[in-house]
This record gives sequence, structure tokens and C-alpha cells, in this order.
Amino acid sequence: MVRRPGRGTVLGAMATYLFETDAHAELRQQIRRFAASEIAPHAHAWEEAESFPRELYARAGEIGLLGLGYPEEVGGHGGDLSHVIVAAEEMVVAGTSVGTCVGLGSHGIALPPIVRFGSDAQKERFVRPVLEGTKIAALGITEPGGGSDVAGLRTRAVRDGDHYVVDGAKTFITSGTRCDFVVTAVRTGGEGHGGISLLIIERDTPGFHVSKKLAKTGWWASDTAELTFEGCRVPAVNLIGLENAGFLAIMANFVSERLMLAAQCVAIAELAYRETRRYVREREAFGRPLAGFQVTRHKLADMATRLAAARALTGEALQRYLDGDERPSLAAMAKNTATDMCSYVCDEAVQLHGGYGYMREMIVERLYRDARLYPIGGGTREIMNEIIAKTEGF
Amino acid sequence: MKILVPVKRVADPDNANKVKVSDDGSRVTSDGLEWKMNPFDEWSLEAALRLTEDAGAKKRVGEVVLVSIGPKDEVQTIRQGLAMGDERGILVEAEDDDLDSHVVAQVLEAIAKKEEPDVVFLGKQSADGDSNVAGTKLADFLDWPLVNYAMHIATDDEGKTFTVKRELDVGQQTLKVTAPCVFTASDRILQPQAIKNGVTADDFAYPESDGGRYASLKGIMQAKKKPVEETTLEGLGVTPTRVNAYGSFTLPAARTGSTVFLETVEELVEKLQTEAKVL
Repeated sequence: MVRRPGRGTVLGAMATYLFETDAHAELRQQIRRFAASEIAPHAHAWEEAESFPRELYARAGEIGLLGLGYPEEVGGHGGDLSHVIVAAEEMVVAGTSVGTCVGLGSHGIALPPIVRFGSDAQKERFVRPVLEGTKIAALGITEPGGGSDVAGLRTRAVRDGDHYVVDGAKTFITSGTRCDFVVTAVRTGGEGHGGISLLIIERDTPGFHVSKKLAKTGWWASDTAELTFEGCRVPAVNLIGLENAGFLAIMANFVSERLMLAAQCVAIAELAYRETRRYVREREAFGRPLAGFQVTRHKLADMATRLAAARALTGEALQRYLDGDERPSLAAMAKNTATDMCSYVCDEAVQLHGGYGYMREMIVERLYRDARLYPIGGGTREIMNEIIAKTEGF
Repeated sequence: MKILVPVKRVADPDNANKVKVSDDGSRVTSDGLEWKMNPFDEWSLEAALRLTEDAGAKKRVGEVVLVSIGPKDEVQTIRQGLAMGDERGILVEAEDDDLDSHVVAQVLEAIAKKEEPDVVFLGKQSADGDSNVAGTKLADFLDWPLVNYAMHIATDDEGKTFTVKRELDVGQQTLKVTAPCVFTASDRILQPQAIKNGVTADDFAYPESDGGRYASLKGIMQAKKKPVEETTLEGLGVTPTRVNAYGSFTLPAARTGSTVFLETVEELVEKLQTEAKVL
């Protein structure tokens, strides 16, 4: 009998999205095997070390994980956001390290502007090596002085011959400490959203500094950095698309990013729910397993119900997005539904684990901390409500 | 080089504790368990792929043909292998209950005679029946050389001859064989440098792995278009003659999970003799 390394967690039939085909099922099987054998055995250690080995990028590139959702012309493996989302779910559920998954996946927000609006030379130079896992990409939008207010960003890029000279700072940059380049939002024109451009800034550019690695509540295995640019001379050929048209590219990115975040919440909650379901069968109190108490079963029923509802809305929003309906309100609704659900499920998971749920050795303790990011990152819960309010017209 | 790789599906071996026996004890049921490719077949399949590719250039230089015997949906197992890179498949339709190792070897003999591969590369056994018979019988029927439990395979003449190391309890044995021949593999065949095919650079190392390569989405989509020929026992001219008949099945006794602490070594030895009966 062959034994595969892993956590011994029985991965039975996971609830799936309604949009899934045979190809999604087969993809899930491959990614599950990869995550169970190459991530899960190290998940706890990597989270505690606040880093995972850089070689994992190359491995993920080789098996086609990084290339999911990108066309073959730029070195991708085809498929669309639906494939990215089911693969990410298997990575989280079978790999059990959310930080590793989001670190490996930081190109998911950094590359789309280059793929959509960049030149062929930029695609060859920046997209292909990232999908092969030999370069690491990051996206830099948020600044120390302002988060959600993208139109008010202050990092300035001034044209000087064939270069832009960039001065400013970015913060909360996923993969920031070891990325090879940052797709950076800079101000090239006047105030407001009409003066913003996207520049690819490479890490070996003089004046590019990683000012600090940030210590976070969750997502430990994923590095997050604050970056500063001091008189960085960036070649003008690194401008993505047209000057002062960057705001559109940033906004075009947001719908897919929010759907990805909603799907991550579904995946994290799925893992927290499974860990808890298993634990309440094993753990005994007052002479019987916790699962024997009605209160436990009802808590699990509520967790499963909310999970199913968030999965359904996320799946619908994704399907509509793939069909060409890019209404930002639906993605915002899916994100808020999924983040609320995930916070609730992880909190209940910790509660049902009792004292052990508060211990760092337990997966649910980590998931509880990871879950806190989602109502903030990729647009806060409040900004989502603004988007919904605007679209609904009140 | 052309390699024929027989594959079968088994109920998920990682969840083997969920296998049940039917009420009358006549058969094993695995309801609710996912079908997976027999892991031992996956080793052979991976070795066959390595023998027929230029790994550095990521180019196929030979042909791997998958064959599976079973009900129609067994084609999923073939598609899984095709997604990993194999060229084509053959599905021989049959009911699982009508097969034993002897019939399997009969079918494979017929296909090998038709396909004329350089190598038939089987899993050393299946993870469900654990018989470890089909490969040996097939070599006997074909009168081809057999190398069981191969752990290292080298060829420098496109598979006309092979130098093969076998893993034995007492050490390693090195053999030279001339194709056509039959191989089965030990898990060491998956070691990063266990295959030398004379095409891939000698110092090339595959990643450490305990199974076959991962299929990418591109591979999965391409597999849907690769040819799978469907045939039957009659179509191959095989008259199945089963040699095994199964009497009844019983599940092993459930483990109690209780732990007993003993004070002395004497007590331990006595319990190991009288209760556990392992001494």
C-alpha cells in the first residue's frame, strides 16, 4: 500500500461550484496532490518562519499552476478565472497554509495590467518568467498616507528624457521583500484619477528600497513590505499602456481580484469547517464526542449553511463575470458575503476547538487570524458597500 | 521507442479503511470512494514517459500507449494518463468481476502482439488485489524477458537493449536485456536520476516525487482530444479463462485503539507471545 505524505486529513467529497466541468475536477485532483505532498507537510513550519522557499515558485511554474488563467501566447496554460479559483481552493484546503498560497499567487494581481494593456516586449520580459516561476511579481497601489483612496495617491513620476524619475512610498505590498519587479501606481499628471499611470519598477533600480518587512496578524508565510522610491530612474518603456490612463487598468483589475478574494474566503472556511467536523468527532467531553451534543451539531449546521450560501453567490458572480457582465456591485456583494461568512466560520471553528483552538499548533487558530485580512484587503467592507450603493443608485 | 503501459483504477488507497464487504461476503464494495489510478501503475507510467522524452527540451521522442481493461468509465483513468503526456489509449471493455490476473495477462498478450512495443511496463501489483502476478504471466505468455522491481533503467540505443537494476531484499542486481521485454517497477524508479534514455542529458535530475508528474490544465485539455481506441475481449480474439475463484471476504477485526502500560520486560514478552502472537 502506498502512503503519501500529508496531514492525514481525509479529503472526501468537497462541495464544488455549480460552474465546474470535468476539466475542473481533474485540475482539482492534480492541485490537491501537489498541495498535499509539497505544501501541507511544511505548512506549519513555513507559517512560523514567515516565509516559504523561493524554489516553490519554480515548482509551481513547472506544473502549470502559475500559468493558470493566462493565454499560451504569454507563456500561460490557458483556462480562465474559474480554473484559477478552483486551483486556489485546493491549494488552501489541501495545502493548509493560506500565507504560502497568497504569496505564490501575488502575480494574480500584478500581471493582469501587463497582459491587458502592456506591450509585447513587456509581456516577454515580465509575464513569461513569472509564469515559469523564475521571477516574482508584486502590485503596488496602497501608500502609507492613504489606502482606499486610490485617486489620491502621491507617489510621483516625472518624465526626464527616456526615463521617469519616481519618488514616493508604497505599503502592504504582498511579496514586496523579494519581488523582482513591482507594477506600481504613480502620479504622472494632475490631481485625481486622471493623472495616474502604471509603471513597472524593477528591484535593481537605484533608489528602490525595501524599507521594512511588515509583521502581520495573519498570512504569516507571505511576506509583506513597505517600499520607498528615491529618485528611481525607470525606463519609459516600462510604462504600461498610455500615460495617465492607469486608473482604468487598476479598476479593471478590481473585479477579478475581489472574486479571487471571495473564493479564498470560501476555501478558508471550507478548511476550517472540515477541521472542526473532524475534531468534534474525536474530542470527548462528559463521556461522549463533542459531535454527540445538539449544540455542536447546530453550530456545524450554521457553518455549513453560510458556507454554501457564500459559495453559491461567489460562483454566480464569477459565472456572470466570465459571461461578460462586469458589474462591480455583484463582485462587491460576493466579497462582503464571503468575508463575513469566513470570519464567522473561523470564529465558530476556534470556539468548538475550545482551549486548543487558541493554541498556535492548531490550523483553525491560524485560519482565524488569516480571515481577518479579507474584510480589509482588496477594498474594505465599507468601500464595497459604497460601490454597491452607487450601482444601486442611492 | 514504443512502450505499452497497462493501467487500472482502484478505490482511493488513501481511504482504504472505508472499503466494506457486502452482507453475503461475496464481494468487496467501495461505494462512495473516489477512483484513482493504481499508484504502482503511476510509477511505471512516469518511468515510461521519462524513457520516451527529451526532458531538457520538454520534447516527446517516443510513444507511450496506455491500455486499460474495465467498464466504459475506466476511460477516465486513460485520460488521466494522457493528460500527463502519453500519446494514445486503448480501452478493453470488460466487467471487473470477470477479470483475474490470468485474464488480464491474456488480454495484454493479445494487445502486445498487435502493437509490437519495445517494452510493456506494468505496475508491480495493484493496490486493491495486491496479486503481483499479471506482469510475470504476461512475460511467460509472450516468452519475453522479464525484469521485476526495476529501480534504474538505462538505454543508449533507443530501447533496443537495456541495462536494468533490480531492487531485491539482499541488494541490487544488474541485468542486461534485449527488447522486446516486460518491466515492473519499484518506487525507486521515481528517483531523480533513475532513468537514462540516451536523449535526456545524463546529469538531468527530475524533481523528488512519490508519484507521477502533475498534469497541467493544458495537458488536461489536450488529453480530451487524444485518440482512445475501444475494443472488447472478443474483438481481440481472447477467450478468457479465469484461474482464480474467490470464496468469501471478511474485514479485518477493528482496532480497539486502547493502550496498555506494562511494568516489566518479562510481561511484555509474555503478552507478545500469548496475546499478540508475534513472537
